[in-house]
Amino acid sequence: MSVDPKKLEAERSGRARRFAALVRKESYQVVRDPSSILIAFVLPLILLFLFGYGVSLDTTQTRIGLVVEEATPLTRDLAASFQASRYFAVVNGRDRREFEDDLVLGRVRGIIVIPARFAADHAAGRDPAVQVIVDGSDPNTANFVQNYAQGTVANWERQRTQEGQGQPPAIAAEQRFWFNPQLTSRNFLVPGSIAIVMTLVGTLLTSLVVAREWERGTMEAMMATPVSAAELLAGKLLPYFILGLASMTLCVLLAVFLFGVPFRGSVIALYALSATFLMPALGQGLLISAATKNQFLASQLALISAFLPAFLLSGFLFEINSMPTVIQWITYIVPARYLIPSLQTVFLAGDIWPMFGRAIAVMFLIGCVFFALAARSTRKRIG
Amino acid sequence: MSGSDAEIGAAPFVRLTAVTKRFGAASPALDAIQGDIKGGRITGLVGPDGAGKTTLIRLMTGLMLPDEGTVEVLGYDTRKDPASIQAAIGYMPQRFGLYEDLSVQENLDLYADLRGLPLAERGRTFAELLEFTDLARFTTRLAGKLSGGMKQKLGLACALLRKPRLLLLDEPGVGVDPISRRDLWKMVENLTAEGIGVLWSTAYLDEAEACDHVLLLNQGKLLFAGSPQEMTGRVENRVFRLSGTIGRRRERLARLLDQEEVVDGVIQGEAIRLVMKPGLTPPPIEGSSSSRVTATPPRFEDAFVDMLGGGPGGRSRLAETQRPFATDGGRPVIEARGLTKRFGDFTAADNITFDIPRGEIFGLLGPNGAGKSTTFKMLCGLLKPTAGEGRVAGFDLRRDAAEARNRLGYMAQKFSLYGDLSVLQNLNFFAGVYGLSGAKKRERIELMTEIFDFRAIHAMSAKDLPLGLKQRLALACAVLHEPEVLFLDEPTSGVDPITRREFWTHINGLVEKGVTVLVTTHFMDEAEYCDRISLIYRGRSIALGSPDEMKARVAGKELPDPTMEDAFIALVQGSEAKEAA
Repeated sequence: MSVDPKKLEAERSGRARRFAALVRKESYQVVRDPSSILIAFVLPLILLFLFGYGVSLDTTQTRIGLVVEEATPLTRDLAASFQASRYFAVVNGRDRREFEDDLVLGRVRGIIVIPARFAADHAAGRDPAVQVIVDGSDPNTANFVQNYAQGTVANWERQRTQEGQGQPPAIAAEQRFWFNPQLTSRNFLVPGSIAIVMTLVGTLLTSLVVAREWERGTMEAMMATPVSAAELLAGKLLPYFILGLASMTLCVLLAVFLFGVPFRGSVIALYALSATFLMPALGQGLLISAATKNQFLASQLALISAFLPAFLLSGFLFEINSMPTVIQWITYIVPARYLIPSLQTVFLAGDIWPMFGRAIAVMFLIGCVFFALAARSTRKRIG
Repeated sequence: MSGSDAEIGAAPFVRLTAVTKRFGAASPALDAIQGDIKGGRITGLVGPDGAGKTTLIRLMTGLMLPDEGTVEVLGYDTRKDPASIQAAIGYMPQRFGLYEDLSVQENLDLYADLRGLPLAERGRTFAELLEFTDLARFTTRLAGKLSGGMKQKLGLACALLRKPRLLLLDEPGVGVDPISRRDLWKMVENLTAEGIGVLWSTAYLDEAEACDHVLLLNQGKLLFAGSPQEMTGRVENRVFRLSGTIGRRRERLARLLDQEEVVDGVIQGEAIRLVMKPGLTPPPIEGSSSSRVTATPPRFEDAFVDMLGGGPGGRSRLAETQRPFATDGGRPVIEARGLTKRFGDFTAADNITFDIPRGEIFGLLGPNGAGKSTTFKMLCGLLKPTAGEGRVAGFDLRRDAAEARNRLGYMAQKFSLYGDLSVLQNLNFFAGVYGLSGAKKRERIELMTEIFDFRAIHAMSAKDLPLGLKQRLALACAVLHEPEVLFLDEPTSGVDPITRREFWTHINGLVEKGVTVLVTTHFMDEAEYCDRISLIYRGRSIALGSPDEMKARVAGKELPDPTMEDAFIALVQGSEAKEAA
């Protein structure tokens, strides 16, 4: 069978023109539709500001009750170091019972008791104890209070030792934090929230715009033209791919110049990671809209299957290592799980290509699976 | 094959061979459809909503495949070569398939690219189509900002970009004002002169009469294929008009419908239109010397009802159980005084005034977007008028909207039932909303169940009901609390003619008992069932009177016997001319 090269050429140029027309149409719609702008630029800003200013995982100025049962120079000195701590706002008392109600009502987050025999034990060389009472129903805060209280006591001991007033502790553990020495949670929350933003644009927005075409009947009209299913998909993907990167760029600029998050890696690594991440995100969006064809359902599915996992199962807010084993397995198919640590590394540590390479490979693989599924379910068929 | 098909020798553009399509386990959406669509003429795909029209069109585009049988379009099998079909047809889906946030020109450009219209031909094609559709002045306007009629023309232009051999139009006439509808029809007729085959799907039976060839679908089955004349020929010499002093015409119609020799009957203005069994004439009206019986040309709908075995009887059990409302002092039950509603600088309703006395059916007639619904909502107390006042059953809507609403039953467009609730749950819910409880509530629900025959379907979800049953349920819910006023929003558009007759039998019966009815409709035939109508166009009432008065106003040498649609068009044009002067 002979193929007419002229016909082939015409077919190719027709395809290019159809693709260009679809991309142009989509771009007009993005620019003119306030909801795309809202999801791609306003929502990211709100999220970023929320994580930049509003949410902080650092405990600063937690209110505690401090009970000094016996006033001696030694206990006063320890009490003073609690009062000087920037982690605690201290309310003084004489008896722990004074604070019991406050603790139950949440007016203080913990009670620290320096017991009557503290000075005596200290003088006798016995290990002196400080009691920390916390509200176990709020384990996060309880942990912080406990840890910071221990830290404050340890610091105080160390200082006394340096000043030659006490015995050196048997082993002194000295903490040093690499890459984020102030342990500012903003510095790892903001890079992480960029992944959330790209999930919003890639999955939520994409699934919405495809579902909208079904609802308004425009999809049907297009399908009845010579355009192919692959062209339709590609014509949707390119504009939202670019929009996702634009949205990410805006976030990075804000992170660096407004929130002062350090950026130690390279721009190439940043874009390589983000671009690869958009593959599974967009693929998932297309799959959702192909399956539902309804904006309401699409948004629900996108939120539950993409947005929430990116939030909860990616290590963004919660340590994956401390999750139940089954949940840990699930995290392996959440693309954000691979992006977030890499993004945090690009910002805070620099380019670590072996780590990025692995993340990119896995995200690419997940992306291919989503695309294959989406392509299979998007045929030029109705019903 | 019928005789008219043999006249046109050319191969058909579409050949349907035993086409069956099922969705789920329900009875097939299309059941062994057999038929042809030929070039150079308009083929009407006619049938009520849910008959299978859209499914059949989608099968022709190749976007859906039949479960059994074959669909051949322009020589290609839709199973084997949908791409070749899609390259050669023009298709305008319902809602026209336009991108609302793209301008007229951008929509044209998009579809020109998708259909592969060569660049060299574009200038000429665009100019031609814009001229043809009269959209040249609006190329930069966003499609979403166009009126319904203009959207429809743009949709058509997009489907015509690369001159198709076959043009598929899915309900192009829905909700569009009659002037635009006529324009569109003329445009499409011109296309057939060039040999293009046109499929025009519609639920309006008056549109069917204008087609060259008709495929009539009902509940997924092909009832008829042939020319509309062949169809109306079935009831030739069997259709009559009873006019003159015929007393209470609704009551009389009810009695006539119960007679053995009457196949079908409807109210037509002041007259009654009857379809008789072959060879019979209407019985003389006793005690009325001035009444006249005249033979009248049959219409498509007459033949359709005859084909379905005739309309239902004239007895309404609903009306029989209704307690009568006394005519008290002659004060109107519904009053609208200068009702005006502005949204920003747009006046949706402008100084609308009318009175409705007890026991009258009053219609607001106009195309979508004319301001009917706005007026309606102001009278229900759902929308606060910018100016003017409204009273329902003596209650001022500004002060006592809740009281007024208790006296009225409301049946919303497309029957706003709770789809996920069962039939019984819907009845219970609406009874509760209208404040019925205890024995009274049980009694009314029991009564509705009996009258409308709901017992067997009590447990079915409302969304799974066929359209006709949905409509019955919506009516039952609206009259549970025995309202003295009924508001009906597009009550029977798209339903099959039998269901429509059943519905109007109930309404006519209720009106005889003193219930007052306000109807909105864009459906010209439905206006004939009203005592008086107000023509609403672009927010204003341009004419008010009985349907016969309206028709008489525009009757002349050219149009000795105008239809309601003729009257509407003439009155709109008259009002525009007056405005321009």
